[in-house]
Amino acid sequence: MLLIHCPYCDETLPELEFAYAGEAHIARPADPSKLSDEEWRDFLFIRTNPKGVHFERWRHINGCGRFFNAVRETVGDKFLSTYEAGEPRPDVATLTGEAK
Amino acid sequence: MTSYRLPNRGRVDHARPVKFTVDGKSYQGLAGDTLASALLANGVHLMGRSFKYHRPRGVVSAGSDEPNALFGTRRGPGRFEPNTRATLQELRAGLEATSQNRWPSLAFDMGAINDNLGSLFSAGFYYKTFMWPRAFWDRVYEPVIRNAAGLGVSPTEHDADTYASRFAHTDVLIVGSGPAGLAAALAAGRAGASVMLVDENAEPGGTLLSEPSVVIDGKPAWDWLAQALAELAGLPNVTVMTRTTAIGYYHQNLVGLCQRLTDHLDTPPEGAPRERMWKVRAKEVVLAQGALEKPLVFDGNDRPGVILAGAAQTYLHRYGVKVGDRPAIVTAHDSAWYAAFDLAEAGAKPAVIVDVRASVDPALTDRARALGIETLTGRTVTGTSGRLRVKSLRVNRMENGKAGAPRDVACDAVLMCGGWTPCLHLFSHTQGKLAWNEAAQCYLPGTKTEAVQIAGAGRGLWGIAAALEDGAKAGALAAKDAGSEAEAPAFTVSADRIGSGVTLRELPTDRDPGKAKAFIDFQNDVTAKDIRLAVREGMRSIEHVKRYTTNGMATDQGKMSNVNGLMIAADALGKAPPQVGLTTFRPPYSPTTFGAFAGYHKDATFEVTRKTPIDPWAEANGAVFEPVALWRRAWYFPKPGEDMHAAVSRECRGARASVGIFDASTLGKIEVVGPDAVTFMERMYTNPWAKLGVGRCRYGLLLGEDGFIRDDGVIGRLAEDRFHVTTTTGGAARVLNMMEDYLQTEWPDLQVWLTSTTEQWATIALQGPNARLLLAPFVPDVDLSAEAFPHMAVIETTVAGFPARLFRVSFTGELGFEINVPARHGRALWETLFEAGKAYDITPYGTEAMHVMRAEKGYIIVGQDTDGTLTPDDANLNWAIGKAKPDFVGKRSLTRPDMVAKGRKQLVGLLTDDPKVVLEEGAQIVADPSQPRPMTMLGHVTSSYWSDALGRSIAMAVVVDGRDRDGETLHVPMPDGSIPAKVVKGTVFLDPENSRLSA
Ligand SMILES: [Zn+2]
Repeated sequence: MLLIHCPYCDETLPELEFAYAGEAHIARPADPSKLSDEEWRDFLFIRTNPKGVHFERWRHINGCGRFFNAVRETVGDKFLSTYEAGEPRPDVATLTGEAK
Repeated sequence: MTSYRLPNRGRVDHARPVKFTVDGKSYQGLAGDTLASALLANGVHLMGRSFKYHRPRGVVSAGSDEPNALFGTRRGPGRFEPNTRATLQELRAGLEATSQNRWPSLAFDMGAINDNLGSLFSAGFYYKTFMWPRAFWDRVYEPVIRNAAGLGVSPTEHDADTYASRFAHTDVLIVGSGPAGLAAALAAGRAGASVMLVDENAEPGGTLLSEPSVVIDGKPAWDWLAQALAELAGLPNVTVMTRTTAIGYYHQNLVGLCQRLTDHLDTPPEGAPRERMWKVRAKEVVLAQGALEKPLVFDGNDRPGVILAGAAQTYLHRYGVKVGDRPAIVTAHDSAWYAAFDLAEAGAKPAVIVDVRASVDPALTDRARALGIETLTGRTVTGTSGRLRVKSLRVNRMENGKAGAPRDVACDAVLMCGGWTPCLHLFSHTQGKLAWNEAAQCYLPGTKTEAVQIAGAGRGLWGIAAALEDGAKAGALAAKDAGSEAEAPAFTVSADRIGSGVTLRELPTDRDPGKAKAFIDFQNDVTAKDIRLAVREGMRSIEHVKRYTTNGMATDQGKMSNVNGLMIAADALGKAPPQVGLTTFRPPYSPTTFGAFAGYHKDATFEVTRKTPIDPWAEANGAVFEPVALWRRAWYFPKPGEDMHAAVSRECRGARASVGIFDASTLGKIEVVGPDAVTFMERMYTNPWAKLGVGRCRYGLLLGEDGFIRDDGVIGRLAEDRFHVTTTTGGAARVLNMMEDYLQTEWPDLQVWLTSTTEQWATIALQGPNARLLLAPFVPDVDLSAEAFPHMAVIETTVAGFPARLFRVSFTGELGFEINVPARHGRALWETLFEAGKAYDITPYGTEAMHVMRAEKGYIIVGQDTDGTLTPDDANLNWAIGKAKPDFVGKRSLTRPDMVAKGRKQLVGLLTDDPKVVLEEGAQIVADPSQPRPMTMLGHVTSSYWSDALGRSIAMAVVVDGRDRDGETLHVPMPDGSIPAKVVKGTVFLDPENSRLSA
């Protein structure tokens, strides 16, 4: 069981308290009627599904109830960071220690 | 029977005999024995039959890696366990063990005929036979497999035992209490770190228990051990747990431990849990699991009496048992020489020490000579003889790299040692990388992924001194990393018996290697030639070789067999071992009971049961319950002599004729409040809300963004900024989660607050023509007339003196009300209404009658009539869409090409030609029942009931282009014939004008 840091509670807690909520940074279009069928299809169904660093949403469902974002490395299944909803993506190189 | 027990030896209690039975035969062992050591003391090596060939097998190890000595063990009703390892099961008074995989007896087993059919069972046999002609499968293979398959027998009774579970947090968790683990515990414990030291054996000490002659800090090993354990016991920050297996190593240093609590006790205390599952979160983990001894691979290496040399040494020192009077030793490692010396000093007469290495440390050969043991180096062994016990060993000279002239050596046991494999199973669970060490010819721990130290033999260090030193360093380092100042203690060790060895493939033979039964995996009966056959037949990856041969796939997960299998596969492939690689180890480390995993989650505490405030009344009044999501709901209320059909028909009649009362408290309820509440509702639900007046309700339909129906429910507007939203019983949490998601992440600017109120309100439905007459006297402040309080009205008032939200709604098609009162008043209101209702012959009804009545009106149940692939149009709910709204969740998807294409399944009514036939829900629908199979399915029945009101059966179904088929006859094929039924476009079977509910 993973330990996950809730950026709102500022506590690191067992995965049991959290629920996965899909890929992050996919905003609902302001006016869906302007989107072509292909664009809407992509919004609905197309996800990056990377082997490696993944930006994703979690909800502290059995805690404060807030949705937040996380960076998780999907091969080792390790969280690199979590941050509040609405914040920009953190720099992956910094998180993985690859930055100079 | 001859006793192989040595007086005054071992750590067993010679003064405390313990009686036990195997296959009904009585034996005697000693307190402190395992089942295996007690049987060996009685001269019994034959302890099982192999899985596939039913070959007679003896015990080979003294630990959890045992592949052969598996028994069924029993302690009274409901307490039977198959595949208990005799090497771990401690002897207890009255232990009943039964041997496995044999018929009619262990010594004479009909299944052993499989052994002569060996060529049929070679590698890949399972895959190949499936491809053979079916007739051959039915007549030949299946009966043989059925006879052979499965280890032991499953218990048939309810497990009478209880199991516990517990969480723990610690600075340092040390797995393995041999010299490395003990030194680590001393280092970390003295530093003040919190320490858990766990060991799967009954007694801590590990190798020290089998090496009493070593001297540590001037004391004999066992005295030093006692002193170290006493020191640890005196440290309040240290916990030592024996009989505790670390079964899995998970993310972020979470380690699962299974602790055996009562299996060793003669009489367990009443109510004591049998096992306890620990979930330990450690800052630092030290793995000190030592190394596992490998068998040598030669023809007949599985004959009873052939045993690992290290195991023989353990039986001698720990249990005071010699495994034979005249053992022959075959080895590729120095360690087996010491086992031979120890046995000789204990009075056995080793027949020979055969070392496959050409040259051996002269100190060893000198010592053997002094003890009068013949030594043969640079030899190979090519066979054994003896039916149920080894009688001789076939030894050959090596000439120019080939096996030369043979010679038979008489013996009553064979001690074999093919070297040692660092035990890195738990390390592998963490995705830690293993690195091949060419010099040591074994895998050692490489890149780590967790805060873990590996100490001692686990990283290839050999000898007690090295293990102590390495363990102390690892313990100090772990304590330091966990935040304590720590130092590694130093130990002085003498009489240490260090050594080295080589790693080999199957031993060379002068016989036809194709006929050799040289076993690698004893439990799954995999031989060296199976591995070579797999490679010849095209398997290249070790993972494929493993699956094709089943090598390492038995319950021991290849603890003994993996590296031997790898060496042979690598040779067959012409590659170096690291280019072939090792298969993956997975939790659990050793077989673990389901009970330990389930823990407290069984029977009544398997999952929570949600009950409404009115549930006790329903129970007292004879309700039959059904589970709905986690709720238990009153299903129907049978009167004496009534079956379900009669009760449900009566309940429907009662509600339609006068008045019925129904507990609707499980309905999901969400309070949507705030200045932007109406905007939020407009965006979430398909329906228009802006113009819904305060005091009015509307049926709300919720879609996913993909346009499919997710939920529905009646929603009341209590104020400009306040909605009382109801959801399906099972959907409440999902709907709230979805609302929160949009509110928090898509529209954080909206001023809206969402609160789950499902359990705050008790909801009572009164339905039927007399509902108003019954209710009115209890609602003094509201005019309930059809004009003043029409269908789909809502008001906050008092009912029978309780604060209430009163809805005029109907899920039955009758004049109806739903009264919400604070949950604590639910039962009182129910009883008040029920008493007053007696004047109207009030009928309490359950969920089944509710389902029937709603189906008569064609009201859908989301999740029953829809399945996540129905659009509003598919379900005839286009009327619920606010067409003028620019956007709502799912709107854009409703115009996607697939959503408007022909050929979608649509919800329709279905009326059987024979009105008495009630279709089965879930049954498939076809156009022509005589078409060839597989038939073209057009859809399925979603709801189907007997309607008392209509005097016939009714059904709803989803059917391809269903609305175009109005009047068409379709067919529902069932096992006993096809049922014709006519499609009706509308699903409203009763009172389509809604005159009853508007009354
Ligand atoms: Zn939180």
